[in-house]
Order: sequence, then C-alpha cells, then structure tokens
Amino acid sequence: MMPPILIVDDEMAIRRLVRGALERQDYQCNEAANATEALGLARHPGCELVLLDLGLPDRDGMELIPLLKAMDRAVVVLTARDAVSEKVAALDLGADDYVTKPFDTDELLARVRVAMRHRAGQAIDTKTVIGPIEIDLPARRVTKNGVALHLAPKEFALLAELTRYGGKVLTHRHLLTTIWGEAHATDVEYLRVAMRTLRQKIEIDPSFPALLINEPAIGYRLNIVGNDVLSVTK
Amino acid sequence: MSYNPARPSPETLLKAAKREARGRLKIFLGASPGVGKTYEMLREGADLLGQGKDVVAGVVETHGRAETQSLTTPFEILARKPVEHGKHKLTEFDIDAMLARRPQVALIDEFAHTNAPGSRHPKRWQDVEELRDAGIDVLTTLNIQHIESLNDVVAGFTKVRVRETVPDALLDDADIEVVDLPPDELIERLKDGKVYVPEEASRALSNFFSKANLSALRELALRRAAQTVDRQMLDHVRLTGEPGIWAAGERIVVAIGDQPGGEFLVRATKRLADMMHAPWTALTVETPRSLRLSERAQAQIASALKLAGNMGATLTTVSASNVITGLRAHIAESRATAVVIGKSRRSWWFELRHGSIVDQLVRGNEGIALHVMPLPLPSGDDDRSRASALDTRGVTYGLAMVAVTTGIGIFLQPLLGINAIDLLYLVPVVATATLFGLRASLIASLSGALAYNFFFLPPIHTFTIGDPQNIITFGILTGVGIVAAQLAGRLRREANVGARSSAENAALAAFGQRLAAISDESGTAAVTCSEIASTLNIDTVLLLKKGGKPLIAGAVPEGPSLGPIDLTAADWAFERNELAGRDTATLTASDWQFHPLATSMGVLAVLGIGHGGRGDPLPAEKRVLFATMLGQAALAHERLKLEGEAREMAALKQRDELRATLISSLGHDLKTPLTSVLAAADALAHENTGSKAAETLKAEAQRLARLFDDLVEMTRIEAGALVVRLEATDLTDAVSVAVHDLKATLTAHKIVLDVPVTLPLVQADPRMLHHMLINLLDNAAKFAPPYTEIKLSARREPDRLWLAVLDQGPGLPDDARHDLFGQFARGEGSDSKGGTGLGLAIVKGFGEAMGLKVRALSRADEPGSCFEIIWPLSMIRTVSAEATLV
Repeated sequence: MMPPILIVDDEMAIRRLVRGALERQDYQCNEAANATEALGLARHPGCELVLLDLGLPDRDGMELIPLLKAMDRAVVVLTARDAVSEKVAALDLGADDYVTKPFDTDELLARVRVAMRHRAGQAIDTKTVIGPIEIDLPARRVTKNGVALHLAPKEFALLAELTRYGGKVLTHRHLLTTIWGEAHATDVEYLRVAMRTLRQKIEIDPSFPALLINEPAIGYRLNIVGNDVLSVTK
Repeated sequence: MSYNPARPSPETLLKAAKREARGRLKIFLGASPGVGKTYEMLREGADLLGQGKDVVAGVVETHGRAETQSLTTPFEILARKPVEHGKHKLTEFDIDAMLARRPQVALIDEFAHTNAPGSRHPKRWQDVEELRDAGIDVLTTLNIQHIESLNDVVAGFTKVRVRETVPDALLDDADIEVVDLPPDELIERLKDGKVYVPEEASRALSNFFSKANLSALRELALRRAAQTVDRQMLDHVRLTGEPGIWAAGERIVVAIGDQPGGEFLVRATKRLADMMHAPWTALTVETPRSLRLSERAQAQIASALKLAGNMGATLTTVSASNVITGLRAHIAESRATAVVIGKSRRSWWFELRHGSIVDQLVRGNEGIALHVMPLPLPSGDDDRSRASALDTRGVTYGLAMVAVTTGIGIFLQPLLGINAIDLLYLVPVVATATLFGLRASLIASLSGALAYNFFFLPPIHTFTIGDPQNIITFGILTGVGIVAAQLAGRLRREANVGARSSAENAALAAFGQRLAAISDESGTAAVTCSEIASTLNIDTVLLLKKGGKPLIAGAVPEGPSLGPIDLTAADWAFERNELAGRDTATLTASDWQFHPLATSMGVLAVLGIGHGGRGDPLPAEKRVLFATMLGQAALAHERLKLEGEAREMAALKQRDELRATLISSLGHDLKTPLTSVLAAADALAHENTGSKAAETLKAEAQRLARLFDDLVEMTRIEAGALVVRLEATDLTDAVSVAVHDLKATLTAHKIVLDVPVTLPLVQADPRMLHHMLINLLDNAAKFAPPYTEIKLSARREPDRLWLAVLDQGPGLPDDARHDLFGQFARGEGSDSKGGTGLGLAIVKGFGEAMGLKVRALSRADEPGSCFEIIWPLSMIRTVSAEATLV
C-alpha cells in the first residue's frame, strides 16, 4: 500500500525533517526530489496528499498542480517565494493550501490535517461543528450555543462556501464571483463588509477573529480545526 | 471636448500665478498730451509713500511745469544714465540702478518712449517688463495713440502717425486709470500754454488738438480702458470658476498673404478679437509658390507675423499645395469661427485666372464668419517702379541692337536680298526678350519692324507698306518677341530658384550628415559653426553653458572677442529662449546676434552670428535656410544630451539591478537552509520537551528569516521597484493576523487590542501593511521590558484614521524621532538586542509608498513610545452594509 503523503522537494534536509514531523503524527510518507519522480509516485493509488515545493529542478511546480488535482490528490504548496500573486495563482489552479518557507512545523501540520480532513469528508453534507458554532448546510441553519442565528443571505452564502471547502483558503476572487457574481469580482470591500457583519454574529470576539481567518491580500478560510492555530489569547 | 467652463483651466491658473509673482503695472491712460497723466501718477505715488511703501521715481517728465514739479519733491529720484549718441549727449532711465535699488514701487513716465541706441532694450516698456519680472510694481503713463492696435485708427482721423507704440498685451494685465479732461478744458489749457508741445512739432500738432479729434480720442481711451476691465473680469470669472456668460469658443484666424497691407489686417483682427474676447491666430500658408516670393514679399509676411505675435496672436504656418487648401485645413482643425482675410484690388484678369480666394472660402465653409478687408493699393515704390527702371535700360539696349542690325542689313543687302533681311531682326528681338523681358522686346520688335519698313521695304525711306506680305513680317516679329520673352523669363526664374535651392539642399544635407557622425560636444560645436559660417558667409560663435556661465565652444573665425555686452546678450538668449543682440529687441549694442538652440530639454546652446559689426548678418532670403540649420544644430545637441543621459541611466540601472538581484537571490537561497534550521529546531523541541535551547534556536531562526525579508524589501524600496496594490482593508484583519503571525515573539508581553470593529475600511496594500505591523510589533517587543503591555490602538478622527503601536518601554530620546526611520538607525541599547534598525526604515518606506504618514513619538500619557500610522481622509472607505448583504 502506498503511503498517503508524498513530500516533493529538491532539498534532502527539508524532506527528512518534514517527514520526521509528519511521522511523529503517525502519517506515512514518501519522498520525491523532482517533478518527474513526483508525478510517477503520485499516480499510485493510496496517495492522498502532495506537499509540493514550487522550485523544482526539472519543471515549474506550478504546472504540476492541475495534473495532481486531475488525479484527485490534495495539494499543499510549499514556497519560498512570497509573492502574493503566486499564492493566488496556485490556489486558483486548485491547490488546497500553501505554506511559506521558512515555515513553522505546527503550522504545516495544521494545514496538512485540514487538507486530509477535507479529503476524508469530501461531500460535507452533514453538520460542521466548530466550538460553540454548528453549521447545518442542507438545513441552511447556523446555531451558536444552540441558539439559531439570523444571517443575511450573503452572510450565509459566505459561511456556506467557506464551510463547503472545509478550511481551504478561498481567494477574494473566488468568494466574490461565487457570491456576488462575475461583475463584482474585484469589489473587495463587499467581502470585507459581509465578513465583518458575519463575524459579529458568529465570533466569540469579533475584534480578534478565531474562526474566519484572513490571509492578507489573498483571501479567507474557515478555521474548522478549532483553536490550535490561534494560540495567542488576549 | 470635455472642457468644463466652470473649472479654471490650467492656463488661467498659470496666468494668475504669474501675475501674483510679478510686479503689478498701473497705467495712467490719457487721450492726448496735456490731460495731466504725470500729475496723477505722482499723486498716486505720494499716496503710496504715505502708506509706507518704498517708492522711487525712475523717470518723471515734468516739462518744466511748476505744478507738476512741486509734486516730485517727496520722491527719491533715480539719477539718469548718460548715453552718448553721435554728437548728442542724452540721458536715459538707468534700469540697472533701479534693479539694484529694488524699491516696492517705481514711477516710470512715458511708457511708449524709445530708448537711445546702446541701451539694453530699444523700448522703455521692455525696461518696465524687466522691472516687473523682478517683482517691482510700476506706475506709468501712456497716450491712447501709442497703443499698437489703435495706431491706425488714430492716424486715420488725426493724420498724425506716431512711431512709438506699445503692444496691446501689456494692457491686458495692467490696472488702467483713465486721466480724463473734457476737450474744451484741454483746449483752454493749450491756449494758456500749459501743455508741453515740442517746438518743432507745433505746427503738425495744431491740427491734432481740434475739438473733434480730442473728443474722438477721449472716447477711444475710455473704450479701451473699459475693454481691459471687461477682459480682467473675464479672467477673474475663469479663475474663480464662477459660471459667467460669455461667448464660448470664438476663435479667429487671420490669413496673412504676401500682398502689402498684412499689418493693417493684423491690427484690424486684434480689434475684432478684443471685441469678441476671442483668441486669435495669424496664419500663413506655405505653398510651392512661397519659395519664389520676392525678398520684399517675404519681409512683408515676416513683419506682419511679428506684429501679430506682439499683439498676442498665436502664429501658425501650414504647408499645402495651394492657399485655399491650407486655409480650409487650418480652419477645420482649429475649429475657427471667424476668418479675416484681405482682398487686394487685383485686376479682373488675375482673378479670372486664379479664382478669388474669398469666393472659394465662401463656397467651402459654412457657419464661419468671413471678414473681408479691402487692402490698400500698393504704394508707388514697389516692384513695378523697379521694373520700369529696368525697362529703360532694356529699351535702350534693344533700340541700339536694332540700329546695329539695320546697319549690318544695309551692308549685307546686296548679298542677301531684302527678304532675308527681316530674319536678321529676329536677333535683337530674341536677345532683348531673353535679357530684358517682355516690354523691352515688344519695343525692340516694333522698332525693328519700323526700321525694316523704313530702310528696306519699297517704297524705301517711307513708313508706307506697299506689299501686304510685309504686314505679316511685322506681325511675326512681334509674336516671336512675345513668346521668346515669356519663355526666357520663366527659364530665368526657374534657373535662379533651382540653383539656389539645390545649393541650399546640398548644404543642409551635408550639414546633417556631418552632425550625425559626431558624438561629442566640441565636435558638434565646431561643425555647427563652420557649416553655418561657410553656407551663409557670416561669422559664427557657439556658446554652451557651463557652471552657470556661457562659454565659447566653437567659433569661425576662431578666437572671437566677446565683450561683456555680448556675453550678457548670449546669457539673455540662454535664459529667456529669445533672440538677443544686434537687430533684436534686446541688447542691440552687441555686434552679434544670438539665437537660442531651443529643444524640448530647454536651451542647450546659443549660436551667435555676426558680420564683423556691419548690418544685419541675416539677409531675408537666407532666413529659412538659417532657421533650418539652427534647428538641425539644436537637434544634434539634444541628441548628444539624451545619449549622455541614457548612458548614465543605463549604468545606474545596471548597478541597481545587480544589487537588487544579488540581495533577492541571497534572501531566497538563505531561506532554504533556514527552513531546515527551523524544522530541526521543532524536531529538537519535540524530542526534548521544554528545552530552552530548542526554543531559542527557533526564535532566532525566525528572526533571521524576517531580517532577510526586510533586506529584500529594503532593496525594493530603494530601487523604486515596489508595486503597491491598494485594496479596501479591514484593520481588524490586519491587526489580528499580525499578532497571530508574531505570537512566538510576543509571548513575553501582554498584547492589548483596541481596534473597534466599527472602524471604516481603509485603502492599503495588505501585504505591506502586514509587514509594517509585524516590524512595529517586533520593535516594541525588542525594547519594552518583559511583562509590560503592548497596545494596538486605532480610532477614527474627523480628518484621518489613526493606528498606533504603543509600548511601555523607555520611550524615545528627543532627537531620535526622525532618525529612527532612517535606514540602520538604531535606538540606544539596540546592539544588545540584535536590532538592525532596518525594520523601521521599511515601515517608513512602505508607509510612504502607500501614501500614509508614519511618525514615532514618546507617549504623552505614560512612559513609552508610540509609532503611528495615519490614513488621510481620501483613503478612508465607508461602505454601507445594506448594499452588499442582500
């Protein structure tokens, strides 16, 4: 049986350290040092997630994303380049998440966990529970501590889209076009306003959000794994 | 056109700004001498003195009147400058002394005065303009007939034409006070001898002072003053943007042709333009025929254009195959609403052949007002009189040749017989036709026919013609004369033009080629000087400006001696982009005429031309050639300068690029090992839970990573390579994400968030804002002692949005506030904390790139420092929730 996680990076030291961290969390791993090797190994059944470095020696990692998505593999991009446009491009090509080098191991593990969980429950049609919040998409019902919340249509649509993708970062463009339509693809302020009113209804502290997390200049994600990412408290 | 008349146009504002900085001009305008202008000027000057202004009298002409003389006593009077002019010793206004004295207000009498030769400016109004340029207010006096555009009108009814005129444009931005005296009173004063009239002009002037004339002059003066007030009113309305009522979009074009009377047309158009408050353009159409115009016609066009320029017209030349096409094209392009055109009284024959321009214009241009001015008949001393002078000579030679032919004929008659003799007469006819033109040849053929008849045709020695065949001989001689004269005339003209233009074209082409081959300043200067000197047969000198002073870069003949006045004229041409020196408006005492080499990059050099001090160095027919060569030289200088700048830029850019590439690849390459270090530290911490060493290792590796980020960003800031992408940003997002990302560094401090969720959105580049906040928090964590509070606070203020990072550290030393944001500036004690100061420089660089204000202060409420980021009102976005949520 093929291990579920494939680590693709041309630096041996990084592959070894990432593998060590993942194995401590009981994830089985495999390694590839270049794009050709990666595509060969990812094709095996049993591979679920690819940790993909974009700076590969034989091919631009960006080109691999659609190929891996076509094989139905989750993709978390590892990139040393911190250009915002590159991350947005990777996400728009179908990557599930990204981690910027140098990364924090805890952060990497959290992203991997989210991506794996998303794969496990691919069709989220049951309830999602995050702390006191319960989201029932088929019933269009959101409760906080058991009390039903009244969400405006766009607020619900926003929460539903983020929930449906279960913790994946959704770009501004993605959210704007699905919820407000193609004509508003760049009206970021619509998103900001809706996010703000939604936070006031579902966040415990709307001025320090723990559920609806912003990625500067990129987009938003729903923190479905709870508080392990946001460990700083006021 | 999207021009919105309610908003002041940039030109109007510029005009106003110029008016603010320059000295103001006040003109006391009178209808005639003797109305008391000088008196009024002195009274006003005394008022200003009384208000504590610094007033100096530059020129006051009291003409010995005691009344006026007594008024000059309170003023400091500037000594006049003696000027030698031939045998006469004159005194003139000393402009340099006035500029050196620099009062607030100068009194300068007689605005239209012509200065003695050798003065800096030929005209006193030019002195006044220079004073105003220096910021000095000027009070002056002027009689109505000295205003350029009214010169013809006044001369028309008074029969006295004054030579000293003042351009109308000067009145447009002046305050005008009409000094008014009813004609009866003025005549009374005249009789009492209270009006100064120069002795020699008294008889001519006695007609001038008739009651009818004086009334007309008075009316003119009042009307002119009213016009200026109207115009200033209009400017004011345009400037303040108050919507007013005026005829928008009137544009007048005056067509200047080669016929005499162009100046008359220009003056008439100026009056029309003033009445309509319309901008106007003086247009010449260059046709193939223009090249063949006589020197005299070219000079006429040039002087009409010059006058139009002085009167405030825009000058335009269009090239077209014929006049009517060019006119129509310009009318369409400039959307002119009125056209002024002169109509000379040409013969019906000429119009039949060439078609009347007026008729063609009327047919082709609907909706345009056409003003047709009859032009005066050419005066006696034009081409025609010169032609008749030539004729006399031609006729004499023609007759002489006929006489010689007759002699030869008599001698040869026995050999040839009379029928061949008539052929002999073709010789003098054709010769006269080719050498002297039609008229002479007609007379030659007539006299030849008569002589043939008289000496050879029977009956001999009578003018009777016996045989009708001989009438035909007579007719043929005349016909041959006409045809030969026409052909020869055309040939002669074409040969002349052809020879001249092909020589000129060859010279131009050679000049262009030689210039293109040179890539240094001294070479270009040498070629320019030698080519222009040899082509035009004049002396040349080329000056460049080095260190603020004009320096000779090349000359033919070499080593010219330029006196102080020459250098001043050259400097003038440099500074003002105007002609200066001999036969120009400025510093005419110089032996040289200096032409600026004007380019899009300003005046790069000045070319002086001279003729050994003899006369105008530039004959009219050479002007076009000279202007073309000057243009080529200017282009060559511009090219040199651009090449130099491009080389410098390329070198700089290469260096910057190299540095930027180096640092960003360094940052990139260093991140890979850092990633390993961090992951290894995490692994260590996992294996030895609670290990201090692993924690330290991780924190330091993270700091190193941030330092590399900072270095890369700093290079981007310095190279100007930042790409700012502003978007609506929620400060709640910015602050919470920054605090989250820096949690490992902030563990020792208490973080307080005071950023209300009700704040409006702001314009920011989220990535840059994130980096700024990270750096500010990092800085606070570095300097504030552990367990103290770091507060992130934001609030909306009436005219801005304020965000600050406040700590409880030692605060800032007083003098460090500004420096703190400099690259690598560090606070006291920062060595021990491993800070580089780069972080704050990036905060400043990013803030400025986004258009935000960034400040560092000591806290007012308690010890500690406060780093502020301030959004101006224009970058605050208020979006209503209703619109976006449903």
